[in-house]
Parts: sequence; C-alpha cells; structure tokens
Amino acid sequence: MRYAMAVDTKKCVGCSDCVVACQTENKVPIGYCRDWVVEVTDGTYPQLEIEIRSERCNHCDNSPCVRCCPTGASHYAEGGIVLVTPEKCIGCGACIASCPYDARYPHPDGYVDKCTFCLENRVKKGLDPACVSVCPTKCMYFGDLDDPNSPVSIVLKKRKWKTLIPEAGTMPQLYFLI
Amino acid sequence: MKEELIVSGRMNHLIDPYLQIWHWHIPLYLFLGGLAAGILFFAALNTILGREEKYPVSVKITPFITPILLIAGLLALFLDLNHKLYFWRLYTVIRLQSPMSWGAWTLMIVTPLAFIWCALNIKEIYPKWNWKYKFLIDLESFFRKNKTVIAWLLVIYSLILGVYTGILFSAFNARPLWNTSILGPLFLTSGLSTAAAVIVLMSKKHLERHYFARIDLMLIGIELFLIIHMFMGFLASTQVHIEAANLFLGGPYTTPFWLFVVALGLVIPAILEILELRGFKMPVWIAPVLVLFGGLMFRFIIANAGQASRWLY
Amino acid sequence: MISHIASICSFLIEINNTVDMTTTRRQFIKLGALSAGSVTLAGSSFNWTTASSLFENQKSVASDRTPTYCEVCFWQCAGWVYKDENGEIQKIIGNDDDPHCNGRFCPRGTGGVGQYSDTDRLKTPMIRTRTDGVDSFREVGWDEALDYIADRMKEISSKYGPECVALFTHGSGGSHFGQMLKAFGSQSVTAPSFAQCRGPREVGFLTTFGDIIYSPERTDIRDTRCLVLIGSHIGENMHNGQIQEMSDAIDKGATIITVDPRFSTAASKSKYWLPIKPSTDMALLLSWMNVLIENGWYDKDYIARYAHGFEELKEHVKKYTPEWAYGITTIDPNIIRRTAKEMFDASPAVIIHPGRHVTWYGDDTQRLRAVAILNALLGSWGRRGGFYNPEKAKVPEFPVPAFPIPKHLPTEAYKGKYKLANEVVSNGICDATIPTPDKNCSYKIWIVNGTNLLAALPDQEQTKRAIEALELLVVVDTMPAEITGFADVILPECSYLERYDMLRKSPHREPNIAIRVPAVSPKYNSMPADWMAKKLAEKLGLGAWFPWKDMEEHLDWQLKEIGSSLEEMKRIGVKKFPRMHDNLYFAPGEDVTFNTNTGKIELYSTDMEAEGFDPMPVYTAHEEPPEGFYRLIYGRAPMHTFSRTANNPNLTDLMDENTLWVNPKVAKIWGLKAGQYVKLKNQDEKTSSFSIKVRITERIRWDSVYMVHGFGHNNKKLSRAYGRGINDTELITRVKVDPVMGGTGMRGNFVTFVFENEKAGKEAES
Ligand SMILES: Nc1nc2c(c(=O)[nH]1)N[C@H]1C(S)=C(S)[C@@H](COP(=O)(O)OP(=O)(O)OC[C@H]3O[C@@H](n4cnc5c(=O)[nH]c(N)nc54)[C@H](O)[C@@H]3O)O[C@H]1N2
Ligand SMILES: Nc1nc2c(c(=O)[nH]1)N[C@H]1C(S)=C(S)[C@@H](COP(=O)(O)OP(=O)(O)OC[C@H]3O[C@@H](n4cnc5c(=O)[nH]c(N)nc54)[C@H](O)[C@@H]3O)O[C@H]1N2
Ligand code: SF4
Ligand code: SF4
Ligand code: SF4
Ligand code: SF4
Ligand code: SF4
Ligand SMILES: [Mo]
Repeated sequence: MRYAMAVDTKKCVGCSDCVVACQTENKVPIGYCRDWVVEVTDGTYPQLEIEIRSERCNHCDNSPCVRCCPTGASHYAEGGIVLVTPEKCIGCGACIASCPYDARYPHPDGYVDKCTFCLENRVKKGLDPACVSVCPTKCMYFGDLDDPNSPVSIVLKKRKWKTLIPEAGTMPQLYFLI
Repeated sequence: MKEELIVSGRMNHLIDPYLQIWHWHIPLYLFLGGLAAGILFFAALNTILGREEKYPVSVKITPFITPILLIAGLLALFLDLNHKLYFWRLYTVIRLQSPMSWGAWTLMIVTPLAFIWCALNIKEIYPKWNWKYKFLIDLESFFRKNKTVIAWLLVIYSLILGVYTGILFSAFNARPLWNTSILGPLFLTSGLSTAAAVIVLMSKKHLERHYFARIDLMLIGIELFLIIHMFMGFLASTQVHIEAANLFLGGPYTTPFWLFVVALGLVIPAILEILELRGFKMPVWIAPVLVLFGGLMFRFIIANAGQASRWLY
Repeated sequence: MISHIASICSFLIEINNTVDMTTTRRQFIKLGALSAGSVTLAGSSFNWTTASSLFENQKSVASDRTPTYCEVCFWQCAGWVYKDENGEIQKIIGNDDDPHCNGRFCPRGTGGVGQYSDTDRLKTPMIRTRTDGVDSFREVGWDEALDYIADRMKEISSKYGPECVALFTHGSGGSHFGQMLKAFGSQSVTAPSFAQCRGPREVGFLTTFGDIIYSPERTDIRDTRCLVLIGSHIGENMHNGQIQEMSDAIDKGATIITVDPRFSTAASKSKYWLPIKPSTDMALLLSWMNVLIENGWYDKDYIARYAHGFEELKEHVKKYTPEWAYGITTIDPNIIRRTAKEMFDASPAVIIHPGRHVTWYGDDTQRLRAVAILNALLGSWGRRGGFYNPEKAKVPEFPVPAFPIPKHLPTEAYKGKYKLANEVVSNGICDATIPTPDKNCSYKIWIVNGTNLLAALPDQEQTKRAIEALELLVVVDTMPAEITGFADVILPECSYLERYDMLRKSPHREPNIAIRVPAVSPKYNSMPADWMAKKLAEKLGLGAWFPWKDMEEHLDWQLKEIGSSLEEMKRIGVKKFPRMHDNLYFAPGEDVTFNTNTGKIELYSTDMEAEGFDPMPVYTAHEEPPEGFYRLIYGRAPMHTFSRTANNPNLTDLMDENTLWVNPKVAKIWGLKAGQYVKLKNQDEKTSSFSIKVRITERIRWDSVYMVHGFGHNNKKLSRAYGRGINDTELITRVKVDPVMGGTGMRGNFVTFVFENEKAGKEAES
C-alpha cells in the first residue's frame, strides 16, 4: 500500500479552505499550519499565468526527516505515511532542518508536528483527509497508489503531473496536476 | 515579473519567513564540541608520540577544560530542545543514519574519556590529590596501565567528534549551503585550529607555543583552501547552490563572513603568527583570541545562513 | 458565571477623541480597555435564570452533531456542527444533502468556529448615557435595555407615527425584527444586498425576462459549455455553489471567458481573458450583440418565439462594431468576434453571468440589461447549461393577526424615483433620514441588525449625517463593529452557532429547506435575535404577532405542516421536496409567458421606456482618473466576508490585512517597494485613516489599484482587525446613483499615494 495525494493546480483557486479544515479537524493551534497554499504568478500584464498549489508534507518515500531523527520519533507508518510520535520526539529540530519543503513546525507543546494525511482520525475510518474532503473545487485526490482504481491512481494516469524538487531525491508522494 | 506568495498566510513559528529553528545553542554546541575534540586530539596524539614532556600543557593541562566544554555543549543542546522532558529518548536508540544520534552517542563516549584523561593528570594540577576510595585507586591504576589504549580511543573519537560538528550540517540536503561534504573536514580543521589557539594561549613554554602556532598556521592555510574550494564547488553546481554561495558573495552574510571569519579569524591571525614566528614582538594573546573568535563566528554564520538558504520551487 | 461577571466588570467605556465630536450630538464611542472609575455594572434587573433556563434543554438534546446553516455569508450553506470532548465547538462540516454546498463548506464557513470563539464579541447590552457632556456606554441587563427601547419607540412614534422606524438588516435576524416592525406599523425594511449589491441585475433581468436571478443564482454552471464572467470573480468571490459548479464545468471542458481589468483567479482559469479598461464593459456587451446579430449567431427560433423588440435591437446595435468597441475597451476586435463565436457555438448551454455585486458606475441596470439581452440572443434563459427555473419550498407562516397598514410606504422616502426597484433602497432610506427643507424627514429610529453600515454604505459622511438626525439608533450585532459606536442601545446577538433561526427556504433546482439549531448555549450575556424581537414586541404590546412560546414551537409547527418535524430536521438538517410547478428547463418549443408587459422577453424594455429610460442599453463614457490618480477597484478575498470576518481568529490567521495591488510600472514611477505601507487620498481630498501594505503585482492594470473590501477597522475593541489595512468605503465619497433603481455606483473613485506617515498603521496598533 502506498498512500498519495494529487492536487490539481488548474482547478485550485487558492481559497485556503484546506488549511482551515486541517486546523479545525486536527486541532492545529491558531498561528500554525500543516498545509498552506502557494500562488505563483508569471509574466507581464496582460500575458500572465498563475499556478496555485495546496502544499503539505510530501510523505516522501526517501524522507530525510525520518533518516535524521535521532530517536525514531519520525517514522514511516501504514502506506508510507510519515508520522511523528510526540512521546518520542525531543524537539531537536533536526527533521525540520532536513525537510526541503519546510513542511514541519514545532508544535507549541514542544514536539514537532506536520501533516499526517489524517491517517488515524480519518483515513483509517475510510474517510478522505480533511483537506481533501472539504475542498470546494474538488481539486484534491487521495488514495492508494498500489490500487489502480483509487482516485489518485486514476487521475495520475490521466493527467500530466509534477512533484516538488524531485532533484532533492526525497521521492515525494504529493503530486501536482499541471 | 515573477511573484511567489503563500496566499494562506503561513507563518509557522520558527519556520517562517525563514527557518530559525536553531539559534545560538547549536552553533555554540558545535564550537565547544570541536574545540574539545581538538584539545583531546592533540593531548592523545602527543601522548602516543611520546611528547608528553615536550608539550606538557597540551597533554596534561588543556584537557582539563574539555569536560567543562563538553558539558556546556551538551547543556546548550539540551536548552535547544523543544520537548525537554523527553531528552532521555536520545539514548534509547542508536540511529546511525542520524548525525544527531551518533553525535550524541559520540559525546557519550568522549565525555567519560575526557574525565578519565583529567583523572590521570589531576596530580599535575593538585599535587596533593588523593583518591579517597580503594576502587577509585584501582580504577586509576587500571586506566594508567591502559593509557595508550585510551589515547588511541581519544584520537579516534575526537576525530569523529570534530568531523561530526560539520556533518551535522552537511547531512541536511534540504539546506543547499550546508549540503557540501567539505563542511566535515572544514569544521574538523577549524576545531583543531581553535584547540591549537587555546594551547598557545595557555602554554607558557616558548617551544610549545611556537610548535602550536606553526600547527595553527598550517591549519589556517588548510581552512582557507577548503573555504575557497567550498565556494568553487557551489558556484559550479546547481542554481540553488549558486544562490547559497551568493549569500556570502554580495548577499546578507557577505560582510560578517569575510570580515569576521576570514579576515579577523583567519588571515590576520595568520599574519600575526607569521610575524611572531619571524621574531616580531607583540602581545601573544591577540592571534589565538582572534582564531577562537573567528571559529565561533564561523559556526554561527554557517548555522544562520544555512537556515536562510533553501531550494527554490 | 464567574467568567461572566468578570467579563462584565472588564467591559469599559472610553470616549474616542479622534472623531470630530464637537458638532455631533451622537458621539462615536469606542469600547476600549478597562479603566477604573468608568465601569458601570449591569443593572440588577437582568434575570440570570431566564438566560440559563432558556437553553437548559438544548444541552441534553445536542448529540454529536447539530445541524445549522452558515451565516458567514448569504449563501447559507447547510452543515453540521461537531463538538469536542469538552463540549466546545470543534468543526463545522457541510451537509452532503445540501444543494448549496454539497457537503463542502468554503473557507469562511469552515472557519465559522471563529465567529463563535472570538473573545472580542459583544458581551452584554449597553445603553448610551451622557455625563458632563461626555457620552459613554452603560452596561445594562436585557430587561432594562429592551424597556428602554420600547419606551423610546412609543414616545418617538407618538410624535411621528410608527412609520418613522426603519430596519436595516443583513442576515437571519431580519425576519424576526421585520415581524416586530411590521406589527409596529412600519414596512421600511431594507438591506445593503439590494442597492449596494444585486439590485441592478435583478431589475435588469426583471425588465427583460420578467423574473429575477435570486440567491443562490439560477445559473446552471455545472452543465454549461461556456461561462462568461464580467467582473464576477468566482474563486475569490467564494459563493460556494458557484465555485463548485465552475470547477465541475472546468472538468467537463467548458470554455471560460473572463472580462476583468485585473487578472483574477477566474481569469487565470479561463481560455480567454479580456483585460478590459475599467468602466467600459457596456461597449463590449453592445459589440458582442452587434457581432451575434450581424453574423446570425443567435437562437433564431427562440428569439422569434419569445422575444419582443428584436428588430429595434438589431437596428440599435448596428453602430456598435468591435472596431468601435476596441477604441473604448482596448479589447482586440478579433478577440471580440472569436469570443462571440465561442458563445454561440456553446449556446444555449452558455451563461453570460449576471454577477452579483454590480453597483459599479451608475448605469448598472442598463449594463445588466445588456447582459440579459445577450443571454436572450443566445437562448440560454430556461435552458440546460444556461439559466434554470428555480423553485422554492412552500412553508406556511405561523398564523398571526394581519399587520397594520402603514400610512405611507418606504418608497415615500424617495418619492418619484427608483420606481423599478423591486426592493427597498437602503440609501434612499438613509438619505430620507436627513431633514431637508423640501422633504419632511420620515425616519427618527433605526434598528440596525447585522450590517456594518459604515462599511456597507458608500459615502460615510452621508451615513453619519443620517445617524446624527436620528432620535434612536438600536444596533444588534455580534461584534463591536464601527456601527455599534454610534448606537444608543447595543444588543449583543449570539453567533449563529448558538441559536435557532427561521428555516432556510431559498429557491434551487429542487425545492428544499434547511434548519439551524444551536449547538451550544449563547456565550456571555448574548441572546438570539428571535428572542430579542419577541421580548421587545411584548414590551410594545405586540405579543399577538409572536404567539409561539419559542423557536422550537414555531419551527415544529411549520415543519409539521409540511410533513416533517423539528425532531426529523435535527436529524437530517436538510430536506428536499418534489418540484410542484414548471420544469427545470423550457421544453423544446414550449409556450412560455414571461412576466413582462408584453409577456415576452423584452429586448426592448417597455418598463424602462415608460419610466423615461433608454429602452435599449446605450454606451455612456465614465470619468477617468486624473493625472497621478488611479481608479480604486475592490473585490473579495476567498477567506473573508466583507467586514464581518476581519476579526475572526481562524480567518485572520490566513489573511490579517488587505494589501494594495499596484502594477510594477506604477510602483516604479512612485518608487514604491513591495511590503511598504502607504496611505491613500482620493479625488475629494479624503485620506485613509490607516495605511495599507503595497503588493506589487502584474495582476493589476496600470490605471487602477485594487484592494479587498472589509478591512481597516477603526474600533480598538477588534483586537485583530483594528488598524489593519484600509477601509475602501472611506475612500468611496463619490457615488454614482443608478437612476433606475437607486443603486450606489462605487467604482468612480480615484486615489493617489500619500507617504508622509508610512508607519501610521503600525503606530496606530500600539
Ligand atoms: N466599499 C464597499 N462597500 C460595499 C461592498 C464592497 O465590496 N465595497 N459590498 C457591498 C455588498 S455586495 C454587500 S452584500 C454589502 C454587505 O454589507 P454587510 O452585510 O453589512 O457587511 P459587513 O460589513 O460584513 O457587516 C456585517 C455586520 O454584521 C455583523 N454580524 C455578523 N454575524 C452576525 C449575526 O449573526 N448577527 C448579527 N446581529 N450581526 C452579525 C458583523 O459583525 C458586521 O458588523 O456591502 C456592500 N458595500
Ligand atoms: N469570499 C467572499 N465571497 C463572497 C463575498 C465575500 O464577502 N467574500 N461576498 C458575496 C457577495 S454578497 C457578493 S455581492 C459577491 C460579489 O462578487 P462579484 O459579483 O464577483 O463581485 P464584483 O465586485 O462585481 O467583482 C469584483 C471584480 O470586478 C473587477 N472589476 C473592477 N472594475 C471592473 C470593471 O470596470 N469591469 C469589469 N469587467 N470588472 C471590473 C475587479 O477586478 C474584481 O475582480 O461576492 C460574494 N462572495
Ligand atoms: S481548498 Fe481546494 S481550492 Fe481551496 S486552496 Fe485548498 S486545494 Fe485549492
Ligand atoms: S515533505 Fe518533509 S517532512 Fe514530509 S516526508 Fe518529506 S522530508 Fe519529511
Ligand atoms: S524534532 Fe523530534 S521528530 Fe524531529 S528529529 Fe528531533 S526527535 Fe525526531
Ligand atoms: S491530509 Fe490531513 S493533516 Fe494533512 S494537510 Fe490535509 S487535513 Fe491536514
Ligand atoms: S459560501 Fe461559505 S461562508 Fe457562505 S454560507 Fe457557504 S460556507 Fe458559509
Ligand atoms: Mo453582496
């Protein structure tokens, strides 16, 4: 099993609902976030293009954050999802420095926190992650890459996509449809 | 014009607008670790080479500050942790892929060795020192018998510690400025250089001072060479590495780096040491103090600039 | 209880010296931080048991999720409120059965928890008192506040008649206070959602098709093949159903054409972006008509069957060639032709979107007539992928006695004007409040519920003059918004998550209803509007019009009448009903009678003609910015609603100030740096109170600057919103009133940069 997510940059409007939904679902404290939205505008008026991406942890297959964690708090869980066990985390910040996507943040309670793909609270119950389920443009797809019929497998077959900084060698599992 | 915005207003504490996860603690920890490693390295090496009497300060006296340095370093590391109550988790697993882990374990080995080294030399400082308990006396004689083994262990582990202070950074692919294998040798060299400077400062023996001043000069030469190579490597590499180098070549870190680290911390002390070796009279403390200052600045600047350097996407 | 008392004690009152108070009878009062001596404790009359017993039973009823419909904007999506282990509201999730949201809330709705948890909320009723010539608010109990209002209402209306009371309302509370007002004898109920918002389009379509667009819009976007957006910035304008359906349409490969001087998010999703020169849309619309008719690219059968005045129109638009339009709009004539062809190819599954906030330049009804005519030519009205026929669920009203007939109607306020307006014109009521020699002033009392008039109505000075002329201003709000500073009595309403309201029964493809049930009891000493209105009515001797015990009884009665019940609705939240009237679309060749004078789609409007307006739209040039000035345009950010969310903790986390969009060329001329703060001054020398952060972006033209409406609050009690950004309303001093329906055109204002006090915004914070 290999969980992955795809975000359609052609439909995302940058509304940031995914960010608020993650906040209320996962009780992310105000002032912090597990996901965020990047908008890149290129060109000169009136020849312009915008790419909008809802970003979060890439749940990398080869994740430097797991590698550099001195305690094993950062680990691979079910379906390749990268998680942090708060009770093992010493808050050394090594994983934060190791993530090329700046996907992690120090939770005010001391441990390091990040996107969990909503594994425990939603995915294990058969629900989509909170951000995916709330997105008004339905531009996010989630599922198991090993299952050819999962929404994410289907859309990745159909559409052109990219990942972020593939050259960093992290093998990200968050895909952007372009 | 290209415009890149985080429209959801992300402002994670210590992450945005640029990474600030490590403040003074980690660079200080690395500086102290590197310095201690250098001192222990010289002490052990000169012992193995049988130069205990020739260079007594480096073998017997300067090591006394290493336990203090190491403990202060560990304290700095501890203070840096955000989840302090779970500190003990560091010592529940050995994760070789994690520099933070093997660094912590290396310290776990080097620190007791440093204590043992001090114990063996305590009578140099307190001639009247007496071990109160029999088992301590037995222990001391056991270590004294195996002094060479301990010296060898120290040579190996101090080198590991010295390299580790650089590798802790260079293992982070995510920060292009840190992502260079030169950082390990560079930090090791810098640690040795600061150690030599401490010996020069503390030794009253002319011969020993000169010897370590010459070593320091050589180390400074190596450091300059490595720094130039580091920049050449960056500039010949990908866009993100060029951007990283540019932090020091016109970017915000240009003045602090070239002024404090290169000029004040390397070139000027080198010139002063050359002049001194050539027989010019001047206050002996200036060059080594500058070297120590430069070494400390170097770690602070690399720690900060590294956090400011990022992949572009 | 303890926190309650603490909150009352810590509430305090302080006078704002910055607003010119020398001439005003009603001083603007800022609610500031605690200062000893100025505290007045709540009157002893408040009955603690009333508030707590009222909601006692809800605690037991509330299960794991409670149905509601969202009040963060007027799309009114239905959803579920979930609480955490501590009984605190944790999240709000869309109801899957709701056609407004299809189980997905927008960011503002998801962040609606912040409307409840905001600790800056109004906490207890307050009455203005004057000691030693200085105004302050005195905290009082509910009984005292409502007695005071009732006494004043009786006293003032005995002099001027009950018609002297007007209700300004935006939101659910309107129906409760409206009931009270009508029972009292006034019909002057008005909302900024007409003359500051949808008015021109409703009148434009009413005079063309004999029917309005409604809310939610009857646009069949999900099935359209071509969507034309004229300034309508869906994606930033986050009206949920619209954005969801636009996304569906993108999936199905629909062509999107966006006309906007700014590279809106929608423009970035469009096949064609027409970067029009602001204020010239009418020229483009007329030239599209020209191209469609000249090329025969229109639905001939539909026009022959349903339309009135085609020949006149054909003749009328002959001169409006794309080449003519090019000179005005700067849009390439070939693009005008090509986009017209795209529309025709997609027709009748094409939507020239009517937009929503359309009070732009004063000839807005005519512009929206042009939009309606284009849709008629393409035959999209009543067709799949065009405009469907919506239907509303029929729910009987709780029986009450007939309302008294007022001596005069609100239209008296603007007698002889705006006859085609199908709703009450808010600015007409506002203007009529100011006594003038020729006009007998008709309003002495305003009740303002859920509308921050200082942000919603343009020309703040005019609004202040009207308020000045009042004898009583009652403000019902949840937040210490600007308007509360002018109130005589402030009534704190609880958030929508803490109350019942009337059933939502907006028209849609399928008739449906949705219910709002409180998930928690009201925080602090706040109360729901229904309770306030009923209590006030009783104190006014109008209890007969509020015969129900409480909302539960009211709703249960209504629901049982239509075969449901309160119990059922608490379980399901939304209920759909079969359609009873016509079909969703016209059948091919169906005979349709339109609700116009001719019974046809009026390309040539007999109503407009009768009122002395152009029966077919014509182009009029609008003013252009003088040298060194830029047109001030404004719009929405997806994560905020007007000024009502500017202090919401969850949403300010995403965006805590508005920015000023400036083209790089303009930035260069002025030496502006990204992130720098500037003030703005408009053509009437009006300077903004605060500064705004400059965003240098290619997304805006060089003749305009852009900002999101709803920021720049000046009430310090709004701890997150105070002094953040600029309030565009402040700079909208020149209003182009639409002669047809009274709409306030707000886009004819020009601004320039003021640097003297760059850090003003920052300083003001401290
Ligand atoms: N300059 C400018 N003016 C505009 C617009 C613009 O874009 N620019 N837009 C126009 C448009 S389209 C519209 S529709 C109007 C909107 O005008 P309004 O609806 O008046 O907009 P808001 O500024 O959000 O004011 C809403 C007020 O209701 C309060 N409120 C929120 N929830 C509740 C509640 O549950 N109960 C009660 N009692 N009060 C509540 C808020 O605290 C706030 O004070 O503004 C119009 N005016
Ligand atoms: N997130 C969010 N969504 C909302 C609301 C909200 O407060 N927040 N409010 C809701 C309400 S009540 C309303 S009425 C709607 C309003 O939403 P719309 O009807 O979409 O709003 P407008 O103000 O007409 O459109 C603003 C756009 O008009 C463009 N524009 C400015 N001048 C011109 C011009 O001369 N010609 C053309 N073609 N375009 C021009 C601006 O660049 C901007 O993109 O939004 C609704 N949706
Ligand atoms: S909720 Fe969807 S549309 Fe909105 S920003 Fe997130 S991914 Fe984009
Ligand atoms: S995105 Fe960052 S935090 Fe997530 S798995 Fe990859 S390296 Fe780790
Ligand atoms: S902060 Fe926690 S999760 Fe991250 S590397 Fe350190 S111990 Fe591991
Ligand atoms: S998958 Fe879950 S945790 Fe990750 S960003 Fe989405 S909502 Fe947050
Ligand atoms: S569109 Fe958003 S804010 Fe408006 S009612 Fe729906 S969820 Fe609430
Ligand atoms: Mo509106």
